[in-house]
Amino acid sequence: MAEGNNTFQVEIVTPDRVFYTGSADMIEFNTIDGQIGVYKNHIPMTTVIEPGVVIIHEEDRQKVAAIHAGFAEILGDKVTLLAEVAEWPDEIDLNRAEAARDRAEERISVKAETTDLKRAEFALHKALTRINAAGYK
Amino acid sequence: MASMRDIKRRKSSIQSTQQITKAMKLVSTVKLQKARNRAEATNPYFNYMYKTVSSMLAKSGTIDHPYLRGGQSGKKAVVVITSNRGLAGGYNSNIVKLITGGDFVKEDLDIYAVGGKGVEALSRRGYNIVENASEIMEAPTYSDAAALCNKVLDAFTKGEVGEIYLAYTHFKNTVSQEPKLIKLLPVEIDPAETGDSNVLMNYEPNEEEALNMIIPKYVTSLFYGALVEAVASENGARMQAMDSATSNAEEMISDLSLKYNRARQGSITQELTEIIAGANAIAQ
Repeated sequence: MAEGNNTFQVEIVTPDRVFYTGSADMIEFNTIDGQIGVYKNHIPMTTVIEPGVVIIHEEDRQKVAAIHAGFAEILGDKVTLLAEVAEWPDEIDLNRAEAARDRAEERISVKAETTDLKRAEFALHKALTRINAAGYK
Repeated sequence: MASMRDIKRRKSSIQSTQQITKAMKLVSTVKLQKARNRAEATNPYFNYMYKTVSSMLAKSGTIDHPYLRGGQSGKKAVVVITSNRGLAGGYNSNIVKLITGGDFVKEDLDIYAVGGKGVEALSRRGYNIVENASEIMEAPTYSDAAALCNKVLDAFTKGEVGEIYLAYTHFKNTVSQEPKLIKLLPVEIDPAETGDSNVLMNYEPNEEEALNMIIPKYVTSLFYGALVEAVASENGARMQAMDSATSNAEEMISDLSLKYNRARQGSITQELTEIIAGANAIAQ
């Protein structure tokens, strides 16, 4: 397998734009079953994405982005990520993400009756993903 | 024959109206450009979504899922997308006609309205408006669409409504927009379009759970796509309406100019005749 061309197409599409198209040797992202890495000739699979950092490896370089909610379609020579939100590290406002994290943490720790715990957790998750991705700047 | 002053007043009033319609046309042309670009940018996302969902459904024909079966309730939810502002020709009334003139029974409908004009028209006719989300029409974002969609889907999963429809204006091109009514849930996919599904696809976690997660996203993407298209259509319709208003004003102004000149000439002739007659009377 090491012979020849081991790259495949990667496409990340969001409702507002085609976020990224290009080739990659390997792509890593979070799914609801845990983190996965995909090489060329992966079995065809559709899976649901968890908020997390996606890392696209291309030769020696790697590109990092934050993606939130969506799903991925993996074919042997092509991976398509349909994400509701996708951001490059330099598009992330770190201060805002940190503020969002603090707010979400407070909501979770206070546990008022009106708190929608699931939503707060999701918001926390999103904020952490952003902070995490911004770290790759 | 109207007096010169009347004609002049009328003409200047039409002229100022024409200035307004001209300005509105320019504004909506610019807005249309922007809205059209946005609508085009959402296309790839939607196309992928559609492809994925249709190939999923083609393979999971045996799954008995509420999203595919429809609910027990006879009630129907309709998301109606109109504009907040008028002066867009038949744009809003065409959408309202889709609801009032269709096969729907008024009592069975729960209207989720986006756009103030639709709210006005439908509530006047006695429709049940459960949600008024008109403010998202100003600058539709995906999260707005998702928020409203979740409310409708909630009503569906709770069994309050059995079917979900969406009424919006499809943007064909700058000069032609088409009001459309589509069924969101239960999902209906044209079997002819599922096509090349030779690849054996695996689903993680399992098909049913994946379906559970993906169908709401599919519905939201349809809804968001309709929203941005509706904005483009609104501006297209307004541009056309204002264009014809401007050229109409142009026509009226030239007509009035002609009348004004005639009246002026008439009054000069009359004055001359009077002066000559007066002079003659003195000379005699």
